[in-house]
Amino acid sequence: MLELYLLLAVMIAAALVASETKNLLAAAVALGLVGFSVAIIFILVQAPDLAIVQIVVETLTVVFFTAVILRTTDIDTTVTQGLKMETAMFIAAFLAFGGLFLALIIGVLQELPRFGEPVMLIAQEYVQLGLERTGAANIVSAIILDFRGYDTLGEATVLFTAVVGVLTIMRLAGRKKPGEF
Amino acid sequence: MIPYIACVLLFLIGLFVVISKRNLIKIVIGFSLIEYAVNLFFALVGFKRGALAPIITTPEQVRMGVARNFVDPVPQALVLTAIVIGLSTTALMLSLALRLYEKYKTFDISEIRRLKG
Amino acid sequence: MRGMSLIVRVMTGLLAGMLLLYGGYIILHGHLTPGGGFAGGVLVAAALILVSLAYGSVEQVERREYILSSIFESSGGLLFLGLALAGYIGADYFFRNAGFYYIGKPLQLISGGIIPLANIAIGLKVGAGLFAIFLALGASRFVMKE
Repeated sequence: MLELYLLLAVMIAAALVASETKNLLAAAVALGLVGFSVAIIFILVQAPDLAIVQIVVETLTVVFFTAVILRTTDIDTTVTQGLKMETAMFIAAFLAFGGLFLALIIGVLQELPRFGEPVMLIAQEYVQLGLERTGAANIVSAIILDFRGYDTLGEATVLFTAVVGVLTIMRLAGRKKPGEF
Repeated sequence: MIPYIACVLLFLIGLFVVISKRNLIKIVIGFSLIEYAVNLFFALVGFKRGALAPIITTPEQVRMGVARNFVDPVPQALVLTAIVIGLSTTALMLSLALRLYEKYKTFDISEIRRLKG
Repeated sequence: MRGMSLIVRVMTGLLAGMLLLYGGYIILHGHLTPGGGFAGGVLVAAALILVSLAYGSVEQVERREYILSSIFESSGGLLFLGLALAGYIGADYFFRNAGFYYIGKPLQLISGGIIPLANIAIGLKVGAGLFAIFLALGASRFVMKE
């Protein structure tokens, strides 16, 4: 379990760097570091499906960020030197809110089962009967494509909507000529 | 308990970036941090100590039936689609930021609010 | 968009075929090993983005790539819906793992009913969609003027 805590510490440190730095390209690279530590944590908790998807999605996220930053500007012009009074009061107010939020969340997290001993009520039937009912050896694939296929249909719809949205916002499709209604 | 608290800390860092930063690209990075925190929390709920990944590999496991020792596969199935949906949401926000830059020549949201078309 | 230097172009020519083959392997073996349609689809998109970045492209080629990726993405989505409807018409209910593609012996490549076909459909959709998004964000020089 030591590796898990070490990776969580690296993840939080990279998140702090991504939020405070002035150079936008450095922020994108720090975001990539957060994503890769999440992928290694997925390997450590025995979820290889999620690790593969997280690695490739993280790479594509950094590529998209870099494509946008290189077309525009890569210096953050809103970060000023020094610590103004209103910034310090804002940080203090957010720390107070964060402390309250954390205290309440810890009270709620006591109700969950302990980390490492899940209550597998729904998954008992999927693990026992997965191979006989579907014939697939990968139980996660059997769940997302046979037992819960509607969720995959919804995800395909969301991806299609996002592609149409990006192409329309960048004015590559769906533009009417003047004169039509 | 400690891994759950680390996820909540990552969520709070992302929330701070979304609320208080004035650069559009930084705000999109904050949204990405929030999504990573929520996906990691879901995947950590299903972990079982001393169990294997939920994939049947040997013919002995084919015959075991009831006594297979796997981690919980249902949170993994839910997070799998959530990761790809997070990527498409980030791409949509980035395209909006690019169009705003082409029109106003700046990423600063207080400048954009002042100029207003 | 401009291409890159000679070293990058030679290495990409050697690597791109293997990346596409590896993405296809992860898609097809989604019911036996970890991976599946989503991971393989994003890998195929990453291979196409690598080729497009290393060699550069002119405007006519970009327009043709955009139209082709739209066709592939829509056909992937329609194939997925068609598989779901085939379960509805051929057997009892929506998404039923119908018997026209048989459930063979476990741990073989041809097994698992509809699941390999659904993986291929999802892989097509995700791969082509993400490549179209990259073309719009990074390389769209034929944006129509105001």
